[in-house]
Amino acid sequence: MNDNAWIIAIAASIGAAIPIALAAVGAILHERSGVLNLGVEGMMLIGAMAAFLAADAWGNVWLALVCGVLAGGALGLLHGVITISLRANQIVTGLALVIFGTGLAKFLGEPVNGLKRPVKIDPLEVAGLGDLPILGPVLFAQDVLVYASIALVVAVSLYIYRSRAGLALRAVGESPAAADAQGIAVSRVRYVHVLAGGLLAGAGGAYQALARAPSWNQEYTINGLGWIALTLVVFSNWRPGRALIGAVVFGFALRSQFTFQTEGIDFPPQVWLQMAPYLLTILVLIVTSSPGARRRLGAPAALGVPYSRDER
Amino acid sequence: MTDDTTVRPDSGPGAPVLAATGVVKRFPGVVALDDVDVDLRAGEVHTLLGENGAGKSTLASVLCGAYQPEVGTVFRHGRPVELRSPRDGLAHGIAMVHQHFRLVERFTVSENVVLGDPQLGRWLARGAIDDRVASVAETFGLPVDPRARIHDLSVGQRQRVEIVKALYRGADVLLLDDPTADLTPQETEALFVTVRAMTAAGKSVVFISHKLGEVVEISDRVTVMRGGVVTGQVARVDADRHELARLMVGRDIDLDAQQFAAGSPGSPCLIAKGVTVRDGEQTALDAIDLEVRAGEIVGVAGVSGNGQRELADVLAGVLAPTSGVVEVNGQPIRSARAARAAGVAYVPEERLGTGLAPSLTIGENLLLTRRRGALVSRSAARRDAREIIARFEVKAPGPDARCRVLSGGNAQKVLVARELAGDGQAPKVVVASAPTRGLDVGAIEQVRALLDDARRNGAGVLLISEDLDEVLAMADRIVVLYRGRISLEADRASADRGAIGRAMAGIA
Repeated sequence: MNDNAWIIAIAASIGAAIPIALAAVGAILHERSGVLNLGVEGMMLIGAMAAFLAADAWGNVWLALVCGVLAGGALGLLHGVITISLRANQIVTGLALVIFGTGLAKFLGEPVNGLKRPVKIDPLEVAGLGDLPILGPVLFAQDVLVYASIALVVAVSLYIYRSRAGLALRAVGESPAAADAQGIAVSRVRYVHVLAGGLLAGAGGAYQALARAPSWNQEYTINGLGWIALTLVVFSNWRPGRALIGAVVFGFALRSQFTFQTEGIDFPPQVWLQMAPYLLTILVLIVTSSPGARRRLGAPAALGVPYSRDER
Repeated sequence: MTDDTTVRPDSGPGAPVLAATGVVKRFPGVVALDDVDVDLRAGEVHTLLGENGAGKSTLASVLCGAYQPEVGTVFRHGRPVELRSPRDGLAHGIAMVHQHFRLVERFTVSENVVLGDPQLGRWLARGAIDDRVASVAETFGLPVDPRARIHDLSVGQRQRVEIVKALYRGADVLLLDDPTADLTPQETEALFVTVRAMTAAGKSVVFISHKLGEVVEISDRVTVMRGGVVTGQVARVDADRHELARLMVGRDIDLDAQQFAAGSPGSPCLIAKGVTVRDGEQTALDAIDLEVRAGEIVGVAGVSGNGQRELADVLAGVLAPTSGVVEVNGQPIRSARAARAAGVAYVPEERLGTGLAPSLTIGENLLLTRRRGALVSRSAARRDAREIIARFEVKAPGPDARCRVLSGGNAQKVLVARELAGDGQAPKVVVASAPTRGLDVGAIEQVRALLDDARRNGAGVLLISEDLDEVLAMADRIVVLYRGRISLEADRASADRGAIGRAMAGIA
């Protein structure tokens, strides 16, 4: 195996990490507000499907991206209404959202199933730096969304830990009663961040459809990326920087399979990679419903608990 | 000021800074407040006195904007105001310190204090924030470290943070909801010093309590409530404990009757040796050695959260200790089943859920521990339930009422009756955790009498209570639990309130 193949693999694993990272950062904002988001997979699928349909209809990749983002946001808003205003059980609604998103994406995506993507997001060439050995392809020949996503992770970290709004966000996720008593509008904070979670999951899905997957396939385009993102949220302890690193590791694992395959080596074993989303789903559900594990991992204390001031 | 008529009635000294008239607030099935009037003057401590469920906290919640009244008006400096949320309350300078603190445990003190402050910059400057919080705290003599995390603080310190929060936001009306409930006597004294410093600075305090002694000590005026209505208002100069008690309960009660004769202890019946309970890194109980003899009451005093719940659960066999043994009359207790078989009666802290099954009827709940056998007799269960309802004046629709519809006090009567007034088989050991908390005076008398009966019938009784007066009135021996260890052990004769208070606070 030559070095070149590995450089390409590393460069590609960063790209492969982006859909996961976008969805994970969105889910971190969503869950930091105290609302559990098990519906990421559904939001990503809807985002991917909307982006692909828009690309097919209008042929403009950026317009398609915006459509994907908005579609994810719409599902996020729906989740907000059900969990924040109607105070439904967040585990059940999250899982329902996955089923709903999967079904709707299949239904609406049926006419384009198997079609090659009409337009794609192309890598940038940063002033010739892309030709540098090793560093060039890895750092300077990515597309604009890769750079935007990394900037987003930095911005979201600063927002959560250093801004007044971030302080309010964390307070709402830890103790909505305390936040409420200090005059913070708990529902508004939750809506804003649930919406952000939907928009970013939609962005992740759209990026997957427009930059990663060569064609629309309702089974394989997203196939568990949302669950991987959720796992990263949990094991990053709800920290964006760590989630990004985790996403790159996952991206590398997904790409290594591809690279090894050309050499006739099955590593990591394909069967494991295919099982991963399902195993991770079970893991996420176990961890988020175990009080001890939640405390150790630093989950927002009020995660999954609807808030009502009048409850006595 | 030479001419009194130039003073506007709503702005002069002594005029109300905050008032409410004709307040009505209902919750499903209850009228919490029924046409209530109250007013608060500048620089005074105005106490709302009443038993649990009298409507004190609900009234305070209306005054701070947490609840909106259905009828009635709140006046600030004589002008009607509409408080739709605590945010509105804070904007009008009104802040409430809830009995269950509204603090973010993972945050630092200063993060909690500045949270929601509209004047805060877009980005947090931690150093400057810490300095500002420290200076507000110092002004009122409230020592707190702005950088400490809430989960590392004691109850008294957390309460100080709550007060600093209110002062930082510029509140001049503070509503303190049962602020002394979880405090040691020393912490209570410190709180009163702070309250006096605040009123001296012109701030007004609404103090909510059901403890007569404290109320007489701190209040300028007292408004007594019962069942959602105001039953009386007295100035401190007129405050007479018996009169206040009568207004509070609605009938004459003898405040000093609740003294019980000491028991005549026999041989040890409940023995705990080296009982340790660990949950992860937390040590809830640390090598506890405890002995309860037949015919005595051992009182466990202490501020809640110092291992009481774990101790009760271990002794009742509900929780297996990490190490150590529990024996009842020589029988090792390793399960709740073994404890029951050895004659242990258990009144847990959590009445509904642990003590009683909320969705079962009163009769069915009695069946859980009575009348063993493969088949259950519903008619016998109903008969038992009717007997208990009549004997203990349980307010319930009937023997088939589900326990979840009972009020806290009535549920507790059913629970205590099941455990202590059983059908013939008297318990050999009683573990009772906060058995009278939240009960009205009549129910408290009945529950205490049942515990006293158990003692006189030769049971060893362990009484875990946050109410130090109750422990002192009933127990033959007293142990104090602090951070999972026994920090003091004393006989009734040698028990000294001051020493017990220090032991509760962990001051050796």
